Amino acid sequence: MDLSSINPTLLLASLLVAATPILIAAIGELVAERSGVLNLGVEGMMITGAICGFIIAVETGSPLLGFIAAAIGGALLSMLFALLTLFALANQVASGLALTLFGLGVSALMGQGYVGIKPPPTPKLDIPLLSDLPFFGPVLFSHDLMVYFGIALVAAVWAMLKYTRAGLILRAVGENHDAAHALGYKVVRVRLMAIGFGGACAGLGGAYISLVRVPQWTEGMTAGAGWIALALVVFASWKAGRVLLGAWLFGGITVLQLNLQAAGVAIPVEYLSMSPYLITILVLVIMSSDRSRAPASLGRIFHASG
Amino acid sequence: MLKLEKRPQPSRSWTYLTPLLAVVITMIVGGALFSLMGNNPVEVIRTIFWDPLFGEFAFYYRPQMLVKGAPLILIAIGLSLGFRAGIWNIGAEGQYIIGAITGAAVGLAFYPMESWIIFPLMVLAGALGGWAWAMIPAILKTRFGTNEILVSLMLVYVAEQLLAKMALGALKNPDGFGFPGSRNFQQYPSGHNAEIIAGSGMHWGVVAAFIAVIFAYVLLNRHILGYHIRLTGQAPRAARFAGVRPTRLILFCLGASGALAGLAGMFEVSGPAGQINIDFNVGYGFTAIIVAFLGRLHPVGILLAGLLMALTYIGGEIAQSNLGLPAAAIQMFQGMLLFFLLAVDLLTNYRIRLAKAEAA
Amino acid sequence: MTDTLLTISGLTKAYPGVVANDTVSFEIKEGEVHALLGENGAGKSTLVKMIYGLVKPDSGTMTLRGEVFAPPEPRAARATGVAMVFQHFSLFDALNVAENIALGMENPPPMGDLASRIREVSENYGLPLDPFRTVGDLSAGERQRVEIIRCLLQDPKLLIMDEPTSVLTPQEVEILFQTLRKLTSEGVAILYISHKLEEIRTLCDHATILRLGKNVSTCIPAETSARDMAELMVGSAFASPARADRELGEIALDISGLSVASTGAFGTPLRNIHLTVQEGEILGIGGVAGNGQDELLTALSGEVTTDHDAVKFMGQPVGRLGPTARREMGLLTAPEERLGHAAAPDMSLIENALLTAAQRENLMHRGFLKWADTRSFANRVIEAFDVRTPGPENAARSLSGGNLQKFVIGREVLQNPKVLVVNQPTWGVDAAAAASIRQSLLDLAAGGTAVICISQDLDELMEISDRFGALNEGRLSDIRPAQGLTVDEIGLMMGGAHGMEVAHG
Repeated sequence: MDLSSINPTLLLASLLVAATPILIAAIGELVAERSGVLNLGVEGMMITGAICGFIIAVETGSPLLGFIAAAIGGALLSMLFALLTLFALANQVASGLALTLFGLGVSALMGQGYVGIKPPPTPKLDIPLLSDLPFFGPVLFSHDLMVYFGIALVAAVWAMLKYTRAGLILRAVGENHDAAHALGYKVVRVRLMAIGFGGACAGLGGAYISLVRVPQWTEGMTAGAGWIALALVVFASWKAGRVLLGAWLFGGITVLQLNLQAAGVAIPVEYLSMSPYLITILVLVIMSSDRSRAPASLGRIFHASG
Repeated sequence: MLKLEKRPQPSRSWTYLTPLLAVVITMIVGGALFSLMGNNPVEVIRTIFWDPLFGEFAFYYRPQMLVKGAPLILIAIGLSLGFRAGIWNIGAEGQYIIGAITGAAVGLAFYPMESWIIFPLMVLAGALGGWAWAMIPAILKTRFGTNEILVSLMLVYVAEQLLAKMALGALKNPDGFGFPGSRNFQQYPSGHNAEIIAGSGMHWGVVAAFIAVIFAYVLLNRHILGYHIRLTGQAPRAARFAGVRPTRLILFCLGASGALAGLAGMFEVSGPAGQINIDFNVGYGFTAIIVAFLGRLHPVGILLAGLLMALTYIGGEIAQSNLGLPAAAIQMFQGMLLFFLLAVDLLTNYRIRLAKAEAA
Repeated sequence: MTDTLLTISGLTKAYPGVVANDTVSFEIKEGEVHALLGENGAGKSTLVKMIYGLVKPDSGTMTLRGEVFAPPEPRAARATGVAMVFQHFSLFDALNVAENIALGMENPPPMGDLASRIREVSENYGLPLDPFRTVGDLSAGERQRVEIIRCLLQDPKLLIMDEPTSVLTPQEVEILFQTLRKLTSEGVAILYISHKLEEIRTLCDHATILRLGKNVSTCIPAETSARDMAELMVGSAFASPARADRELGEIALDISGLSVASTGAFGTPLRNIHLTVQEGEILGIGGVAGNGQDELLTALSGEVTTDHDAVKFMGQPVGRLGPTARREMGLLTAPEERLGHAAAPDMSLIENALLTAAQRENLMHRGFLKWADTRSFANRVIEAFDVRTPGPENAARSLSGGNLQKFVIGREVLQNPKVLVVNQPTWGVDAAAAASIRQSLLDLAAGGTAVICISQDLDELMEISDRFGALNEGRLSDIRPAQGLTVDEIGLMMGGAHGMEVAHG
């Protein structure tokens, strides 16, 4: 065992990278849930995004196009969920599960010919001067664009929910869809857009795993990241800012356990590997005492009568 | 313009017809996808749905229906109780793994002793293992209000790590030349879940599945507990008004589904699979969710749906070896089935009417 | 000020199985208060929804100030100056007053400006409001103010008010009427929907009376007696409940020092409640919605357990017992919410009969259900209470509100309770059914049952109860004999104007 092999600078730097996929997926799901939709299909949309992004990036050689394709792929898949829950009025829990099972199947099928290939590298955005700073440079200023995009996205969602009319309408729909309908707001349209946004974000998060974090394609490679993203929304009490906090916490635990594995700590690998999931459960338990912040219409089916 | 109109009460005939309709639509859309992938759709569909039952090698495949169907049915019956009450155990895969581990551990502890008591003890241990694993989300939910969906699912990943640890560590076959995996129960008669009638596919897990179906049917239709389960799912406030204690119901539903999943895992490891190994679990716990819904959460429906899903597994394998259809295709096919089922379910509760176009 | 504002001619709207509005025609003049009077189910709501653009008429036309008026959605209606104060479903508990108001406006100013405008307008019309309070924490009267201010900020020409006084104390009603009079003096027309005749006689200039979807008559309320209007509204005379003299027996239910913490984020806690009911007595409990009625019922049904001694049934403490144990002893309840609380919507009437009657009617044996007996019990309820349904195997939600209510009350009454607690027994029920439900409560009391009737309908409580008390913010007023109580006294028991400031000068 050699704990000195763990470099705190690299640890913190990789924390940001490890946090990015669940951060982006969670902020998308947060928007969907604030509109009153519980989409349990995050895992399915992430893995679909992962393979869509991977294929396009490999075929075109452009990671950027890959990320765009991943967002489209995730959003397309989420539209299936929207179709089921908003138009066929199906149970949201069951539909979300269906989405995950379907997404896992579709992605495995699409990824047939892509196992073992390396994707084109996503360039790091080495910010001149800043990235040369000791410690802060590598930790904060020499990541790829998506890391910053994720943080910016959280800020944008936070501002949107707090300050804009669109955000107000979104919250109103999630809080009481009957009242929103009575005031003439298009509940279904708002939710459709929120679900699509959630899907696109999940797709991006998935692609980040397959294009940057791993980077290669294996079946089921998201390994529960989508579910952790869902837990993160609960952890954050449906507040955008706290999603960032939660993602870094989980990112930190993931990176730390990987580092401990590499350092050959006496704890068996399997126990270290299960730690992020156990921590997720622990955090859920701690946070579940405060349920009051959940949008009041979350998970309820809306059908305008009359 | 199409308009939805809520039916005064759910349509009885559509309740029975929607699963069939979903299967037919899945066949059509799936066939179209297969043809896009360069296969002859008719041939693929025939290979999956016809050949295992009536093809040249049907004598081999038919018993396989029971072997593959039994765990699906056992797990799905348990899940359906919870789903009916609005309690979402989606971590059956984890309970299945833990049931297999505890069942196998008890059996292996007695190795090489031979006694009739060993197998019943293994059954008990398997059920207890699955039950205990499901009690984790149950107790967290009742004590702290923690979401059982996320907890039960997280525990699948934990169980998978435990399985790996067991296969490489505590339960590893000491005579296995260092290969991962436990001793094989097929070579340990007292712990072997052998076929009851040779060549029939009928092992004790199949018997257990049939018993579970009957038990669930009686429970749901004739017993107050089953009534309370249904009531809780449909109108939770009315259930509390009726005197249902939500805590007890959660513990019962999660416990029962965990125990059944554990049983399924135990019968699998001591029979068809033979040993604890890293790749022991193949997703029965997740496919069982589809089975439960496809069977309309009704015991008899689940029996039929379980057999149908077993058919797609077997047919998928044949299509894989004969037509080169990727294994993932069948997984997607199963996911699609659940999708279409949820979509056509609309017809049960709503009428679709053509509304006359209105000036906007 | 006698120009016609809105003309409605021949409006028809049919739903499957029912014609909600059948060629309805009338006119609303500028600056008048026009009453729309009718029983539950007479088609008032549908008519209003058509004017507000929520529902499109099948045929017929509307004109607003001479121009064709056919709003495709509420937004369009609001743009042309039609505003509406809803009875239900229109506020967002988790948002604050200003946010709620912004949601009801087309182009709201920035939050800061909006807040000061809210202060200004609300003071101006005698309805002071703090724009930054969370709506979920407001009283029913204050919530209604939010809705009214929301409308007023858009300078409406026509203000639609759907049963606005059902959530107010008599004192609060007086404040509201002053505001409405001020509005009409400024030229705003008000379409006032109600079934409360005295109110309409005080406030309204004209009344249109709807019955079974048709407008059967118009009248000038000030010149028409309440009795005549009632006959026009109901169409036929029905028996009003007969009250027999009753001997009061022992104290059946004794509640002392009952306190229950609030359950939800916006619930009302019960605070130190004391009351007793004797056998053969009907205790009426009034109060504005949301002052602890639901909480009191659930504390008595056993859904929420309390201190063991806080609730005593026939002298025995039952506070810690659950619903099943209390039912076995003879303490039965019927909650307000029919669908989802008193009954499971998608279950058949047979299954719903089992919901509360399993023990007392002996419908199971060692946990195994006797479906045949359950069916015959359901049939008995259906027959005894004249529940209109094709049969007991029909789902609860397929019944009309009144019929389901009769079933729910009948299910408890037929189990011979020693104590029966009902909450809003006739809410949303047509007059004939309401009368028969009240009669059944009176008959039950005559047979020696102690009855607690929680209701927001003061007329109903005065009609049937022996003693009366009122809930106000989770506290129960002193309980006084019902006979001889004046409206003012009742209003004060209900909390008066709830400490709401009045700015009418």
